[in-house]
Amino acid sequence: MSVLAGPDATTIVPPSAPVGGEGVLRRLFRRKLAILGLVIIAAVVLSAVLAPEVAPFDPNEQFFDGLTLEGSPLPPSERFWLGTDLLGRDLLSRILFGARNSLIIGVVANGAALIIGTLVGVVAGYFRGLIGAVLMRFTDLMMAFPALLLAICLAAVLRPSLWIVALVIALVNWVQVARVVYSETRSLGEREFVAAEKTLGASSSRILFRHILPHLTSTVIVYGTLGISTTVLLEATLSFLGVGVQPPDASWGNIIFENQTYFQAAPWLVFFPGAAILLLALAFNLVGDGLRDALDPTEEGRH
Amino acid sequence: MSALRQTEAVGAGAPASTPVLTVEGLTITVGEGAHRRPLVEDLSFTLQRGETLCIAGESGSGKSLTSLAIMGLLPKPGPRVERGSIRLGDADLVALGEREMRRVRGDRIAMIFQEPMTSLNPVLTVGRQLTEAIEAHRDVGAAEARRLALESLEAVRIPEAARRMRQYPHELSGGMRQRVMIAMALALEPDVLIADEPTTALDVTIQAQVLGILKEIQATRGTAVILITHDMGVVAEVADRVVVMRQGRAVESGAVAPLFEAPQQDYTRALLAAVPRMGAGAAAGEGTRANQPVAEIRDLTVRFPLKGGLLGRTVAEVHAVAGVSFDIPARQTLSLVGESGCGKSTTAKAIAGLVTYGGHLSVDGRAAQSLSTTDRKALRRDVQMIFQDPFASLDPRMRVGDLVAEPLVIHGIGTPKERRERVAALFERVGLEADAMRRYPHQFSGGQRQRICIARALALRPKLIIADESVSALDVSVQKRVLELLKELQDEFGIAYLFISHDMAVVENISDRVAVMYLGQIVEMGTRAQVFGAPRHSYTRRLIEAVPVPDPARRRAAFPRLVGDIPSAVRKPNDPPQRLVLTDVGEGHLVAAE
Repeated sequence: MSVLAGPDATTIVPPSAPVGGEGVLRRLFRRKLAILGLVIIAAVVLSAVLAPEVAPFDPNEQFFDGLTLEGSPLPPSERFWLGTDLLGRDLLSRILFGARNSLIIGVVANGAALIIGTLVGVVAGYFRGLIGAVLMRFTDLMMAFPALLLAICLAAVLRPSLWIVALVIALVNWVQVARVVYSETRSLGEREFVAAEKTLGASSSRILFRHILPHLTSTVIVYGTLGISTTVLLEATLSFLGVGVQPPDASWGNIIFENQTYFQAAPWLVFFPGAAILLLALAFNLVGDGLRDALDPTEEGRH
Repeated sequence: MSALRQTEAVGAGAPASTPVLTVEGLTITVGEGAHRRPLVEDLSFTLQRGETLCIAGESGSGKSLTSLAIMGLLPKPGPRVERGSIRLGDADLVALGEREMRRVRGDRIAMIFQEPMTSLNPVLTVGRQLTEAIEAHRDVGAAEARRLALESLEAVRIPEAARRMRQYPHELSGGMRQRVMIAMALALEPDVLIADEPTTALDVTIQAQVLGILKEIQATRGTAVILITHDMGVVAEVADRVVVMRQGRAVESGAVAPLFEAPQQDYTRALLAAVPRMGAGAAAGEGTRANQPVAEIRDLTVRFPLKGGLLGRTVAEVHAVAGVSFDIPARQTLSLVGESGCGKSTTAKAIAGLVTYGGHLSVDGRAAQSLSTTDRKALRRDVQMIFQDPFASLDPRMRVGDLVAEPLVIHGIGTPKERRERVAALFERVGLEADAMRRYPHQFSGGQRQRICIARALALRPKLIIADESVSALDVSVQKRVLELLKELQDEFGIAYLFISHDMAVVENISDRVAVMYLGQIVEMGTRAQVFGAPRHSYTRRLIEAVPVPDPARRRAAFPRLVGDIPSAVRKPNDPPQRLVLTDVGEGHLVAAE
């Protein structure tokens, strides 16, 4: 049999075999773009936390010299680095303070939506039957319900605040996640390795959390990173309707919304907060991509 | 090619004229510079009109790549033809551009693939797909294309061809679909037909039909056929000449009879020796008394309801298993054989607790129905399963060491340290190095992965292991070693196996007892010698006859003609199929009345 003694007899080591015990973080840090993303996120978080220290002005102060003689906002200058808004307030300071609200919305609200959506989707997709039917019909119902109407109803019942906005966004955004996770869980549940676990006598929670959830990470991460920019903008819509971050408090979304009609005359008022949202979304995207690869052992050596 | 034997005695009386297809010094590589790796190296062969050339080899030998290169279908970016020529008549296919190649494909060289389920478009009718191919290459009207399509369907002996033209692929059985694929390939009367594992996904009886049709058409039309296969039985059955490939190189080539009779190369000899043969198992001693049964299965039924209508009521039922009873003796192997859809895998799943079932099942004296939750967990410990596909049955995101330790964790056995030691011992026992524990499943070959699955099944020291087509996906040489391992483990740990397979030769080699299933019921059951030596039921005989014999000298004169498709197991609700009554024809050999 010696001639046939191919790779089956002894273990083969692929040329790029990774050293087994490497941590997820180590693998994440090997990716340059992921590090860039982490740096950007850290910078945004720091500036939000340290806004009172680093902001050149009070975000709500309306400067007498913040407007031209005709009353229009100032373009970027030496005194106001990013220019001023319609009321003569310093845009840079408003963006720095607004980062607090936008981060809470983008991370907390979006994160809550992801968690709710994943749990509902996984449970409905794995157990199916009555539980699955009830959960998914409820998801369909939520999908059909206009988000803004829901937000206005909630705001009418509760006092408008940032946390209401976060709650509304979480309640509105989890449905898409649930749908996608549901269908993916259904197909994962049909995979043979799940059947193999069942024959070993593994409990449902073990199969769900140890074997199915890890396979959903890439989907959830994609949804999570896509969700950041949409939720930041959804918050702006809600603020615009008077449900949410109340003036004069700033958020990136409501800066854009307040000023969008003056886009031609004062483009910087839309450009800078827009760029901030883009940068944050991009940074989360990069980290998300890196995390997805780092969490998937089969991706090793393919990047 | 030092010892490459060139027996150019042209096989099967083909005229020694200019060959239809000549492949010369074909080298296919992947990667650039330092990463350049040859996948096929310096391969040469010729193909005469009306001849069947078999390219045989194990996975990774480059046989499929060769066929893709001839078709100009190498995946891009990726492998490419670096050197050599592929001449069809006067044209060098390697030099042709995509546009010219498109005219050659389908018209002069046609190809059929392994999986008839996926190579037909599910949303187009059979007729539409056939006429489309014809109209793309021939300047004919719709009526003429239809006539040609019908003609080619009749040529592959599809009954009621005109009606089939209006059907969709899912309405046809697997064998029927593969015949449609052949009809499609032959509609334009190509010079060369490449068949890449055309019968691997089919049952043996259907395989025999499809091979028969290929031979017949070749005889009438003079098409040259390149048949790519890993199955030496198929090679012996249909080939005129053979090229044996290994790791991208032709190891040996020549006419089929001398190659099987007196292979020149060690590799060919080893490959032929590894092929499981019918009749070889009988030598292994027959004195098997039935031991105390470790599992008793009585009147097992599995039904799947088909829902339909507005209210989602059960409109029909699939009787996957329609009442089977058998014992699995301790320390012995019982095999369930039958064709796809006969219920053998469903039986295995019911015993493993993966589907709900009716009837009585007890393992080691414990009846499964009456058990409490803790007892049921204990039952799970006693019955383990090894699945068909070692690629799919291991969670790709876990280290294999954790996967093998998992059954111990689930059942709360041992401390982490003890578990690690036990897993290391298991790895060693199944022939893997202990440091492999830290790797992930995708870093292993198919055979190694199946060893990991075996280690996993052994971890709980079960009394019964269900092996559901566990060696079907493996190359013959790997298959042979895995089967040897299973036998050793049986002797060592006293495990009983329920072995499920469609491969009669493998079953014949490993089993103590055999049960033949057909349409959810057992039609014949007995010791290996009884079932294979003196089959009583006509279905058993048909199954055994359909198995290709890896010996060109014993080629059958005529392939069995078409028998109708297997009747459906779908029935109206509350209308169970009639139970077959098994009668003992002597020494425990049970046969259903016909």
